[in-house]
Amino acid sequence: MTGNVPAVRGDVVDVLAGLALFADLGRPQLESVAHTFEEEMFTEGQRILRQGLAGSNFYVILDGEAAVRVDGRDLATLGRGDFFGEVSVLLGETPTADVVATRSMRCLVLPGAEVEPFLVSHPRVLFRMLQAEARRLRATIQWQS
Amino acid sequence: MAELGERPFPPGDYPVVILGSGPGGLQMSYSLSRLGVRHALLSQDDLPGGMFRRFPFFQRLITWSKPYAPFDRKAREYEWYDWNSLLAEDDEHRALVPEFMDGTSYFPSRAEMERGLETFAERAGVRVRSGCKWEATRSDGDGLVVETSDGEYRCRALVVAVGMTEPWKPDIPGIEHVPHYVDIDPAEAYADRRVFVIGKRNSGFEIADGLLPWARQIVLGSPRPTKLSIVLASVAAARARYMQPYEDHALGGGTFVIDAAIEGIERTGDGFRVSCTGTTVPGEFLFEADRVIAATGFGTPLGDLPDLGVATFYQGRLPAQTPYWESSTAPGIYFAGSITQGSIGLKKYGRPGASASVHGFRYNARVLAEHLARRGFGVPVERPRLQESDVVPLLLAEMTRGPELWHQQAYLAHVVTFDPADGILDEGIQPLAHFVDVGGPDAVAVTVETDDHNEIHPAVYRRRGGSIEEHRLEGNLLHDFETAEHRAQLRGLLQGYVG
Repeated sequence: MTGNVPAVRGDVVDVLAGLALFADLGRPQLESVAHTFEEEMFTEGQRILRQGLAGSNFYVILDGEAAVRVDGRDLATLGRGDFFGEVSVLLGETPTADVVATRSMRCLVLPGAEVEPFLVSHPRVLFRMLQAEARRLRATIQWQS
Repeated sequence: MAELGERPFPPGDYPVVILGSGPGGLQMSYSLSRLGVRHALLSQDDLPGGMFRRFPFFQRLITWSKPYAPFDRKAREYEWYDWNSLLAEDDEHRALVPEFMDGTSYFPSRAEMERGLETFAERAGVRVRSGCKWEATRSDGDGLVVETSDGEYRCRALVVAVGMTEPWKPDIPGIEHVPHYVDIDPAEAYADRRVFVIGKRNSGFEIADGLLPWARQIVLGSPRPTKLSIVLASVAAARARYMQPYEDHALGGGTFVIDAAIEGIERTGDGFRVSCTGTTVPGEFLFEADRVIAATGFGTPLGDLPDLGVATFYQGRLPAQTPYWESSTAPGIYFAGSITQGSIGLKKYGRPGASASVHGFRYNARVLAEHLARRGFGVPVERPRLQESDVVPLLLAEMTRGPELWHQQAYLAHVVTFDPADGILDEGIQPLAHFVDVGGPDAVAVTVETDDHNEIHPAVYRRRGGSIEEHRLEGNLLHDFETAEHRAQLRGLLQGYVG
């Protein structure tokens, strides 16, 4: 009778409070985030993001670990507080990589269509996301140079 | 059903044990029986029907059964119009809920639904060992032992179909003083009262809708803005059926729908004070209410299954599951009924399947029964061999009228394999997540999807040399996917497999 499964207050709010992405939000806003996103769990080996498939979503890792995998090759490791799926959502394109759980993983997920209104209504989260993207870009440039 | 005094399924060894006699357990038992898989169906209840013996509280369902539809009631295609009846092969067992509807609504009453489920069990011969309480579970070699009030049952596969039936409340200070949805009083007890409903999902709106003729004022509060099914084109959002309180709110009536975190509930003499912090509109709010109701959802009564390694999420309320509804972490333990919403699928465009409701999970149960029969017990399940010329018409017809694909969009798919050794085989309905994530011979899977612009369209997933490619076919105003354009497009995608 519950329909789908929204995340709920309590431990999720506490975890969110400790993540850089949401560090500027007060408790009521964190609670709203916890109810806006939905919680999903993935076990080791399970694909979360699928290279080339449309309609993907935006994920924030609450705990656990995942690999960013392209054509079977692991390019990066993601862990607690990391987010993924934003590039394909923002650009309206299919993901260019798989994201596969390498350990049991709990995530918050936001449907792709809700990412823009969410970020626009939470500018501090948008700013934190931009900072994270800048760090990723810098790391890529440093790696290439 | 068994004759009075004759209780089926005495304790002992069974290949499969099913727990629960709600629609999920009944469908699972029926489907296993048709495949010849011996099993025991156990329930602590006296009669089948599960939650529908008591809820919805205001006695009419949220899902429709349309008595007059473009297809005959006994046709498979009619299932798209009848969201409540269980699935059956024989005409006399099909589409039973509309048979009992009195014509006053196309949403069956709770009693009509209950009668439909009971009649299904009677006519189809689904036997239940009632009054048999599940008490504990343990592993035993390569099987499981289910301890019940009647004795021990050993099985290789346990199917838990006990529903999301356990009232659940969040940890709001003072919430222990207010009743959960399941414990509310008859509507007349709310006459001329100010009522605060915690929760803005279907059960919250159901209560508000039922109390509109009684309550003096109704406030619905929760942190997240209301998601409406008619806006999002999703069955996971609040359904239109109960939206009168929302219209009352939108037009400035005596109902308020607020986005706020509920900080605490205090007793104040005969009433309550509810303190909230706004989420979409900042600010502190205090509401004086005569009655407060927690419409805060349900959890799954999993008993000791977590001790056997069943991992859960959503604050322990749902077990994590594979695409075939097996515990992700405890092999041999499967789920049926509304619990199967814990197998999330691809969730394309943010939309989950319809596994929380009968119209979705009835198909999950049938697919699981075939999976268990084939993989677990070596029972051959028919896979019709197709001629090349059959494939495109079959798949276009499935996209257009296949009830599984419409009810479980982007969750279940119709699959055809092209194996050089076996030829072209109609594999029937499979979970889409299984198809895209598990390898196999060259194959095609088709489903129906609704995109982020709410457009419904068919989607084709082609597996060739182990790689999956997705192809979107065009939508159609009248959902006719059997046009010449669709035929040409699908034929092009299957070039090399069909002539």
